[in-house]
Amino acid sequence: MELLSNLALGFQTAVTPMNLLYCLVGALIGTLIGVLPGIGPVQTIAILLPTTFALPPVSALIMLAGIYYGAQYGGSTTSILVNVPGEASSVVTCLDGHQMARQGRAGAALTISALGSFAAGSFATLVLAVLAVPLSELAFQFGPAEYFSLMVFGLIGSVVLASGSMLKAVGMIVLGLLLGMIGTDVTSGAHRFTFGIPELADGVGFVSLAMGLFGICDIINSLEKRETRDILKSKLTGLWLKKEDLRMAAPAVLRGTLCGSLLGILPGGGAIISSFTAYMIEKKCARDPERFGQGDIRGVAAPESANNAAAQTSFVPLLTLGIPPNVILAMMAGAMMIHGIQPGPRVITSNPALFWGVIVSMWLGNVILVVLNLPLVGIWVRLLSVPYRLLYPAILVFCCIGLYSVNNNTFDIGLTALCGLLGYVFHKLECEPAPLILGFVLGPMLEENLRRGMLLSRGDPSVFFTRPLSLVFLVLAAGMLIAVALPAIRRGRERAFKEDYTNV
Amino acid sequence: MRIRHPKDFLTGVMFVFFGAAAMALSSGLTIGGAAKMGPGYFPLVLGGFMVVLGSVILLRGIAGAQGSPGWPILQLKPVAIILVAVVLFSQILKPLGLLLSTAVLVVLASRASHEFRWKEALLNAAALTAIVLVVFVYFLDFQMPVWPSFLSGRL
Repeated sequence: MELLSNLALGFQTAVTPMNLLYCLVGALIGTLIGVLPGIGPVQTIAILLPTTFALPPVSALIMLAGIYYGAQYGGSTTSILVNVPGEASSVVTCLDGHQMARQGRAGAALTISALGSFAAGSFATLVLAVLAVPLSELAFQFGPAEYFSLMVFGLIGSVVLASGSMLKAVGMIVLGLLLGMIGTDVTSGAHRFTFGIPELADGVGFVSLAMGLFGICDIINSLEKRETRDILKSKLTGLWLKKEDLRMAAPAVLRGTLCGSLLGILPGGGAIISSFTAYMIEKKCARDPERFGQGDIRGVAAPESANNAAAQTSFVPLLTLGIPPNVILAMMAGAMMIHGIQPGPRVITSNPALFWGVIVSMWLGNVILVVLNLPLVGIWVRLLSVPYRLLYPAILVFCCIGLYSVNNNTFDIGLTALCGLLGYVFHKLECEPAPLILGFVLGPMLEENLRRGMLLSRGDPSVFFTRPLSLVFLVLAAGMLIAVALPAIRRGRERAFKEDYTNV
Repeated sequence: MRIRHPKDFLTGVMFVFFGAAAMALSSGLTIGGAAKMGPGYFPLVLGGFMVVLGSVILLRGIAGAQGSPGWPILQLKPVAIILVAVVLFSQILKPLGLLLSTAVLVVLASRASHEFRWKEALLNAAALTAIVLVVFVYFLDFQMPVWPSFLSGRL
């Protein structure tokens, strides 16, 4: 049993006291920012990236992964108790979760979302472990043409599943690709778009771009909204589930887990889209759909399981193919590259301890979250009363010090301010920054594979269409574009995203 | 002529600008051919694509049936204060040191909030400066100028 020996190696890595500690720290930070509305995993990972430089790569990745799935747990808490989604992926949980809380069943809602997340997380860990080896072996047969087409497929997937205008999302990807080209060209050594600034010879720092577009820009946007939070005090009674609840929720957890696991693997997928999809599936499956929105436990169980499952299976394409399926995994890819690890099929063979250690730590992290979260709910909710006017200066201080420490220069701080301004403009023009980050991360790889592929075929672009696997990816990409352009599906997509917004 | 969807129109203008800039800048680099692409080839192609895409978005913004209505509403105070605070921090970090710069950053940035109060901001600055000293200087041992440069000789 190769799988068992691999998992054993993972346990050896993950159960060292230091890695357990970082797993705990990541899960706690994730829960914390999951509870706080306005700060999500993307911003947090961007802000904390520099602090992980000092850690060994395994610990850094364990902690960053913990932030991602921890946020899925934390987000549900505020959705249920306060009717404020702490995370975008918990928006649908508000619908039935908060109704349950109003009926005095907050305890049951919290318990099922924790147990559902745990079941989903365990299953997703298994999916990751089982799929990893065959997928990475497949990836070894990829040449430059296959990689190029796969990345095109991934980028188009992120456009199709993104909300808002598709044309704008395509433009943002291309802008990301162009920003990724700033710096020294690997093949020729020529400086591109550096404007003679020596600090730009190494390119725009990933940390600067991510922190500017997400960290700084979000602070500015929150300040403009002048939001003031009211805290609804709902009493917590009885965390135990009734038999009836369990009978209703168990199949929903199963469906949510399967839905989330699948959507997490697909390019463009991830926690947010899967929680919406799981809720819609649940409503379609139910014999009594009119009960949804009035405190049905299935409406909490399914999306909460789905978002946690997706948060974990979205590591599959990153760790096996080297393609981040969404913006958070693009952050992870950035973190790995900063630590000198190129994400992709080689990670499994060259760094088995890291690979399996991170996978096992995800399961351990889920155990930690269940054990910690239910008793600590009261504390998390009280954290909501920290006013934003005290919180955001602290975030800024963290950002600035972290930025300086990346290269020990102040240039990066100024560059981040510029990226923040750019992010502000994007926000005002309703352009999503997430596709830009994906383009930025994939840009250098995309160009390198295009150039290598064309060099090998002596300038004949048909190589992308004659190699079978490459053709499959391109056909899938084209299929997605056509599907979205079809009027019927387009209306459905617009309606689905509209529902998202009206529910927020 | 009335622009029906100003946000889409402006997005188009922005994309055309970035695309044209990329094309102009990459024309100074070696372009090469399809079989042996130079450093300028891919950016030139992307820039051209971006100009076309931006033009489509721009035209749809003027006359298209659907899009986002209304001009964007800007509030200059938060964005200006936050960006100035960050840039100022980067400029004073070396001469004034980490602690003073942190305090300045916190107080200045706090002014961006509509709930700003002097007393609260100063207390927050003091608390955060203390946290920075403990966490980043003593605990994580970050290599950065801590005290003002005119004092560092004596401390």
